[in-house]
Amino acid sequence: MIENRSLVIIGSGPAGLAAAVRARKSGIDDVLLLEREDQLGGILKQCIHTGFGVKIFKEELTGPEFASRYIRKVKELGIDYRLDTMVISMDEGKNITAVNPRDGLVVYKAECVILAMGCRERARGALRIPGTNPSGIFTAGTAQKFVNIEGMKPGKTALILGSGDIGLIMARRLALEGMKVKAVCEIMPYPGGLERNIIQCLEDFDIPLRLSHTVVRIHGGHRLEGVTIARVDELLKPVPGTEEYVKCDMLLLSVGLIPENELSREAGIIIDPVTGGAIVNQNLETSVEGIFACGNVLHVHDLVDYVAIEAERAAKSAVEKIKGKGKDPKKRIQITAGNGIRYTVPQIIDYYDENEKIKIYFRSSDKLDESRVTVTCKGKNIYTKKYKRLIPAEMEYIKITASDIKGRKVIIEAEKR
Amino acid sequence: MKKQYDIAIIGAGVVGALIARRLSFYDVSICLLERHIDAAMGASGANSGIVHAGYDAEPGSLKARFNILGTGMMPGLCRQMGVPYKNTGSLVVAFDEDDEARIDDLYKNGIAENIEGLEIISGEKAREMEPALNPGITKALFASTAGVVSPYKLNIAAVENAVANGVDFIRETNVEGINGARGGFIIQTSRGNINAGTIINCAGIYADDIAAMAGDGFFHLTPRKGEYLLMDRSEGGLVERVIFQPPSDKGKGVLVMTTVDGNLLIGPDANVADSKEDIETHADSLDYVYRTALRSCGGLKLGKVITSFAGLRATPDTGDFIIGESIKVPGFFNAAGIESPGLSSAPAIAEHMAGLISESLGGLVEKKEYSKGKGNHDFFRDMTLEEKEKAIRENPDYGQVVCRCENVTKAEIIESIKGPAGARTVDGVKRRTRAGMGRCQGGFCLPAVIDILAGELGISKEDVMKGDPGSYIFAGRTRE
Repeated sequence: MIENRSLVIIGSGPAGLAAAVRARKSGIDDVLLLEREDQLGGILKQCIHTGFGVKIFKEELTGPEFASRYIRKVKELGIDYRLDTMVISMDEGKNITAVNPRDGLVVYKAECVILAMGCRERARGALRIPGTNPSGIFTAGTAQKFVNIEGMKPGKTALILGSGDIGLIMARRLALEGMKVKAVCEIMPYPGGLERNIIQCLEDFDIPLRLSHTVVRIHGGHRLEGVTIARVDELLKPVPGTEEYVKCDMLLLSVGLIPENELSREAGIIIDPVTGGAIVNQNLETSVEGIFACGNVLHVHDLVDYVAIEAERAAKSAVEKIKGKGKDPKKRIQITAGNGIRYTVPQIIDYYDENEKIKIYFRSSDKLDESRVTVTCKGKNIYTKKYKRLIPAEMEYIKITASDIKGRKVIIEAEKR
Repeated sequence: MKKQYDIAIIGAGVVGALIARRLSFYDVSICLLERHIDAAMGASGANSGIVHAGYDAEPGSLKARFNILGTGMMPGLCRQMGVPYKNTGSLVVAFDEDDEARIDDLYKNGIAENIEGLEIISGEKAREMEPALNPGITKALFASTAGVVSPYKLNIAAVENAVANGVDFIRETNVEGINGARGGFIIQTSRGNINAGTIINCAGIYADDIAAMAGDGFFHLTPRKGEYLLMDRSEGGLVERVIFQPPSDKGKGVLVMTTVDGNLLIGPDANVADSKEDIETHADSLDYVYRTALRSCGGLKLGKVITSFAGLRATPDTGDFIIGESIKVPGFFNAAGIESPGLSSAPAIAEHMAGLISESLGGLVEKKEYSKGKGNHDFFRDMTLEEKEKAIRENPDYGQVVCRCENVTKAEIIESIKGPAGARTVDGVKRRTRAGMGRCQGGFCLPAVIDILAGELGISKEDVMKGDPGSYIFAGRTRE
């Protein structure tokens, strides 16, 4: 079966929901939202802690509450969505092949596509943690689903590797559900998650955070019996003699998120090796015309509110394209992440209008106190902003004006003042 | 479970399973005893999955004989049973004159054994065939008959085929003692005694212990561990053929290959294991594997590793496979010490063993009706769009994709549980369907697989195991 659509959005997490609502409100009446699970909402469904919505709704919501505000709008606006629907392929011509038990196999021919597939968690195998292969090793998100959605305890005593936000939130969650958390180990000398989570999830529950520590060995035959942890040196290599055995039957991994871009690659979209997401311009359009990306499939965000804001921007761009308002840029400018900057989104600026204010999101590559971020073009400084502190865990942004860009390349750098 | 069988096969690895399948064509009662909860949980589930051309083994050895015969049988056997197999060919690459001498010796071995399709080629020719090979490679031995197969799928398909033909697959049953004699063996197991006229010992790394229980412990097996790194399917296709380095006394050397399922696999090393249960991986071994594999192909990316694992080789002190009837204990047959090229040899060992057993029992008669396998079986992932559409129309569960990374559907997972010798565990589902074998390693599909297993087996989620008993996933519920 073949179906034509102006706009197909893949994924109904915060990015997909926000994009769908915005596109429909902007007059696209045949938006289609595809979701592989049996409910809308994506990962928000299992994020029952608060902290969502502060920027958008000016109040603290839980994940399901945040999602339900959008889901209500999706339903009120009569936006078409398909659940249990897995996209199995997508090509450069924006033909999307999807399956579900009710409609069977359908090919959607889309004028524009918004990618909102989110990300997956890095697993044990990717870390190559040596040892045995028992049950009891889970990614933090899987454990979160077990506890929050299914009401199951994935063990009794945990060690958490990685201080990403999901790991921190799960530490608190396990403690609240009567499981013991021995420690959170972080290989880096600084935490991976937001400061508020370190305080609210670890300090308030007396859970030790072991910085510069990692798991070097897994023990146990059928079920995890314990792990050996060790301190690491500046090169992140375990220091012999610092090994410590920690008895636990559960190892949760919160060691990074990977944007799920297998479909994007199949469609020929160019991926940024640093973000793991598509290379986009300020309109969030990928290297394939008419395909836009937003949310964690583009780059991993710290706050859901930013995901929704980004998704609205992607939707706005897609709507303009569909309505034929898309223009050809006068020139294309490459943004280079220089010293001290891990990545930027967008990676490309398309120069349309000299008055356009262009927002560039970035993460620093290291912890930098009392620092300065500069943008240079043709050797000339065109922008400077001072920061009290930059840390990789917190995304920042700057705004530059198009007319300041005289060349075809700009470099963003961060350094200590 | 009956208590009396004509034939008891101990061990449902690939050798025991293929022997069970072959004997299931005859009118005899057979049980296949397995200490684990599933087949393919030992060496058969953790090896390279290569069908070797057969030039490695010493000419005239059992290894050489069964390897060459088995490799010839493999394509037809896999077709009958619907097991993924691909004739890729292989290259043994040389980096210097010493290596060139070694591959010359292999070539001569192969010629002495009448192996077809062998050729010594230049480094340039090798790189033409495999552009990912390093410039330092001076020559290579090409073998056209080599291939790749899914070892655990071959193993499981053979058990399923045997069970469909009436073999009793008795799992979670440990053999603790063997008494009696030919025609009236009594096998003491963790689940009580089983009587059998004939015993075939296919107990893998424990085959020496089983032989000793029977009263003929004339050989000793040393577990030698090999560790592997498996990479994302995005890296599959870096090489088309199996790329070996010249063999040493430790084994066939570290290889680089694309598995039959499309992942890139590198390994193994070879070290004596601490015990017969020791399948721990080690940082230094995995480093060694990676560094050594880099000698063959510089383009291997450590960041693409999705899992690592270890398997044990059952290395016999006799220097060759141990196949045949015990001299001291008539009626007790060994298929033991089946280290590499064991997988390649297994089909021929099964054929040979069936002959020996038939002779020993005075000639077995074929059943009027039996199956040689379920034939070609397409996974959803490999179907054409039309086939997918049709499959969903006939069974809507095909429209429910459970494993996102490998596109495994609910229909396939249910089938893997319901089938003869079906899956009972998360790992059992994984080996039969590939659900959980992809890049997220089960992060997304594990909860759904647990639900389906609990539903199909009629057990609670707390009783769903990863593998053997004790490998529970849940310690309880958050609310009662």
